[in-house]
Amino acid sequence: MQLEQSTLTTHVAEPPVTGKRETFFYDNAIVSNFAIATIIWGVVGMLGGLYVAFELVFPKVLNVGPWFNFGRLRPLHTNAVIFAFVGNGIFMGYYYSIQRLLKSRMWSDKLSKIHFWGWQAIIVAAAITLPLGITTSKEYAELEWPIDIAITVIWVIFGWNMFATILKRRERHLYVAVWFYIATFITVAVLHVVNSIEIPVSFFKSYPVYAGVQDALVQWWYGHNAVAFFLTTPYLGLMYYFMPKAANRPVYSYKLSIIHFWALIFLYIWAGPHHLLYTALPNWAQSLGIVFSFMLIFPSWGGMINGLLTLRGAWDKVRDDVILKFMVVAVTAYGMATFEGPMLSLKTINAVSHFTDWTIAHVHVGGLGWNGMLTFGILYWLIPRIFKTELYSKKLANFHFWIATLGILFWVIPMYWAGFMQSFMWKQFTPSGQLKYQFLETVTFMKPFYAVRGFGGLLFVTGAIVMMYNLFKTIAKGKIVANEQAEAPALVGAYTRHKGEHWHRWIERKPTPLFIATLIVILIGGAVEMIPTFMIKSNVPTIASVKPYTPLELQGRDIYVREGCYLCHSQMVRPFRSETERYGEYSKAGEFIYDHPFQWGSKRTGPDLAREGTGNLKKSNAWHFNHLDDPQSISTGSVMPAYSFLIDDVLDTTTTAAKIRAMQKLGVPYPAGYDKTANQDLVKQADGIAVDLKANGIKVKSDKEIIAVIAYLQRLGTDVTKNKVVVENK
Amino acid sequence: MSVLIVLVIVSVIVAGCFLAAFIWSVRKGQYDDDYAPSVRILFDDTVSTEDKNPN
Repeated sequence: MQLEQSTLTTHVAEPPVTGKRETFFYDNAIVSNFAIATIIWGVVGMLGGLYVAFELVFPKVLNVGPWFNFGRLRPLHTNAVIFAFVGNGIFMGYYYSIQRLLKSRMWSDKLSKIHFWGWQAIIVAAAITLPLGITTSKEYAELEWPIDIAITVIWVIFGWNMFATILKRRERHLYVAVWFYIATFITVAVLHVVNSIEIPVSFFKSYPVYAGVQDALVQWWYGHNAVAFFLTTPYLGLMYYFMPKAANRPVYSYKLSIIHFWALIFLYIWAGPHHLLYTALPNWAQSLGIVFSFMLIFPSWGGMINGLLTLRGAWDKVRDDVILKFMVVAVTAYGMATFEGPMLSLKTINAVSHFTDWTIAHVHVGGLGWNGMLTFGILYWLIPRIFKTELYSKKLANFHFWIATLGILFWVIPMYWAGFMQSFMWKQFTPSGQLKYQFLETVTFMKPFYAVRGFGGLLFVTGAIVMMYNLFKTIAKGKIVANEQAEAPALVGAYTRHKGEHWHRWIERKPTPLFIATLIVILIGGAVEMIPTFMIKSNVPTIASVKPYTPLELQGRDIYVREGCYLCHSQMVRPFRSETERYGEYSKAGEFIYDHPFQWGSKRTGPDLAREGTGNLKKSNAWHFNHLDDPQSISTGSVMPAYSFLIDDVLDTTTTAAKIRAMQKLGVPYPAGYDKTANQDLVKQADGIAVDLKANGIKVKSDKEIIAVIAYLQRLGTDVTKNKVVVENK
Repeated sequence: MSVLIVLVIVSVIVAGCFLAAFIWSVRKGQYDDDYAPSVRILFDDTVSTEDKNPN
């Protein structure tokens, strides 16, 4: 033995490069916490989705106002599935994998715990504030400013703990998954901060500093990258760890993963404007968005192919292993969604798909397929491991797989079909050149499809509940290994670059330069798109007749925001004949310069309202009153919730002065000192509307919220029709 | 709309640099040894299946 040892050492030319063997412990408790949160919030978020889906089928029964109206619950569903289900899913997989990839326990258990409880507190705050109508109306960034600050703090704590762990790691090489986590942390931080810059009016209300077209660009720069850096990059990181682990094979091509990573983070940040094609956004920004969105197909498919080919020669395992089945469907769904994304970014296809339920189908291929199925696969793999037991029932897991897969099909196929039909009905003309369909006809046409979609959702949720039962049974029969013992040599000495080595190897070993490089790459993309729009005034031609909202209209607009009207009604007439015939003149950037926040919306479950106060679209105050009170009594077959509570609720005019002052700070030209007299104007305008309503047989006091909403709706679009002269800013 | 031209130029330069770097790295065979890490993650360093006190 002695001899063997010495013979061995004589053969080794260089001194050992590894340090002393160290014993340490992986923290599985934090993984378990996030896993349980993922399961519970997943079921809650999906049930919320199911509820809002059926609100479109049974609007009169399910819209229990005001808290359970579609406009308030839909953001709750989206926030719950994105930030609560997927968010906790990210952190579950992240805490499990990063400790093992870096061969180190997390730097601080305390920070891990603050991260966990802070994140849950934010979710609870969202679940309370959104049904109360406390919202910024920016999709997937609806939470108001105090919660925005809390998100920033918790996010920084998550990043701080991550970088500190990277610095004390025992593995020099940063595996591709770690890069994805780093990119996720940095980009989400930048996106969240930039999109959440707002001026507080009160503790529960703020206005974004951006207005109109600029607000729209920032929002969709954020919105698209929320998809990119919250739903995609962290999940790719998880895929690169858990899929090889589950298949017990290395990833198909490590080289491809490196290229795919850099290409993906570089391209994604530019794609946001594809959400605003044919809108009042400057054309160059739209074109830029299209080009980069299209290019995205390459890195996206690089990731999908890398995932699927990891199973090359091991497809027999997929037959038996339910975990791999979930992962295969997930990666396939990722491939489909990322093929469809670039296609939908093409103007010709976007002209058909935008504002329809096609978009909703598209995001659910990604949400249910990619995020949902991958999360389920990871949960089934991870729970038995950290609880040192077998899965309670493989049969139930198989049942879950099939019912979830069927659920996705029942969900998306009717919605693709319906979205397509919806668009063509909007655009259809009769031989004599009239629009063939009333908007309401498209709504009633959609109802059976909404019902089948709801059934698909029911199947998917059922699967998730079965999983919850199965995993909780597994947890109950096992015992958690809270601290899992591991051994690895410490890192010693500074790394010296050896001859002929690729530069990339250097950056792979250095978290700080990697952090900076990622940040620079991301910021270049964002800055190039946004700075010119802000700086070059010619991008937003001013229209002389566009004036700030009156105090009553401003209050009415804030109620419109509170009730989430933008979730079904767009305010953006695109330059198509089918739209200008239906809604009037197409929208111009200069119309929105006082809109904090913009209300362009992203889908038309109801008709566009940009020109609601003009031309053929103009209705009487009494019509609006009756329609808000009971939409179905005016429009048979409408799916709109009733807003009769606006008739009872008194408008809070104590906020008017603060709102006027905030608007003045943002550059809206109210006269100096107007905050003191604004309420007098408000009362005068409200009295006028109440008198008109009375003349039409409706008795309502002028201090009710409904008066303000009517005032706002009657104002929409009127500025432009007053004076059509567009003045280019010199 | 001069900003449009600027943006196209910037985008083309950035994309071009990226493509050049990619072709260069493939030709130089720089990624040839980027294989081992993908295998190494499959091995666990766990020595015990029992719950242990970290102290």
